[in-house]
Amino acid sequence: MNELAITVIGRDRPGIVADVAEVLARLGANLTDSTMTRLRGHFAMTLICVGPAAADVEAALAPLAADGRLLATVRAVTPDGGSEPTGEPYVLAVHGADRMGIVAAMTRVLTDAGGNVTDLSTRLTGSLYVVVAEVDLPPGVSDEVAGRLTRVAAELGVGVSLRPADTDLL
Amino acid sequence: MTGPEYAGLGGWTPEKLGVPGAVRPVVTAPEPVLSRPGPEVDPTSAEVVRLAADLVATMRVSPGCVGLAAPQVGVSAQVFAVDVTGHPKAVTVHGTFVLCNARVVEASRWKAGREGCMSVPDLTGDVKRASRLVVEGALPGSGEPVRLVTDGFEARALQHEIDHCAGLLFLDRVAGAHAIYQRKVYL
Repeated sequence: MNELAITVIGRDRPGIVADVAEVLARLGANLTDSTMTRLRGHFAMTLICVGPAAADVEAALAPLAADGRLLATVRAVTPDGGSEPTGEPYVLAVHGADRMGIVAAMTRVLTDAGGNVTDLSTRLTGSLYVVVAEVDLPPGVSDEVAGRLTRVAAELGVGVSLRPADTDLL
Repeated sequence: MTGPEYAGLGGWTPEKLGVPGAVRPVVTAPEPVLSRPGPEVDPTSAEVVRLAADLVATMRVSPGCVGLAAPQVGVSAQVFAVDVTGHPKAVTVHGTFVLCNARVVEASRWKAGREGCMSVPDLTGDVKRASRLVVEGALPGSGEPVRLVTDGFEARALQHEIDHCAGLLFLDRVAGAHAIYQRKVYL
């Protein structure tokens, strides 16, 4: 079974999701995990689907991109079967005045501690820059990571918080 | 915990059911029974008493489980068991109890929290729940009406189970399109 990674990016308008999903459904492609948002007003969708050959999907999506306002890419990927849980889940939040390198500096701290970013959103609104990330951290390192993040945040002049994304099992 | 917190249940314990509970298999989504509103039950019927005992037994053998509703064992009915005893987030604790035909009659102080569910084992989601809650229902066996006043974690558990009885999963209440997550930590 082919597993395909598809991205659709471009000028937003109502109906893009319906158009893309319809193309995939018609080809017998099963849409599995997907995410879509607007990034500074641009439509941005990333999805995984299984079924047809990459070339067939590319051809079928081509008319959507014909006016040059949307860019669709299709590539075959190897099913990875999902990664093992690697640690404890945390939510990182950073906000402050926009400047270069906030995401780079913060995520470097996480990586150096053996952490893994599993979800990330950043938004710039006016001069306010906001980063929210879901992070898996190895057991026992969160205090040290929080300390390092605080020091890096102070250098950048932004505020940071790291809190456990604890789940209530009901 | 003893004292007035138990008053709402009149000292009820699962032993009052008088039948041993059997552990039943827990079903997972997309099992249709989880999405179907359960009918009201006769809390005094032998069938409901047995179901109540089974829910308690199944809850007790499931690690980390603080509540279990009839649809989760494949039975469409308004019956659920709750026990948040010893949970670090619990404030008011009514011990182990089973309620039939339960209704939320007052809900306030809504708070967001991340929930997981035995019937949706691979996902969690951010859901707002009332942290002050008044629930009315009936005890299995006697059918006696009860009014439970609770808060915090027990309130969250009650709302989650009452939702199950109405055919709703936490997925029906997530805060937004980016508020569901792959579950990473297994209890």
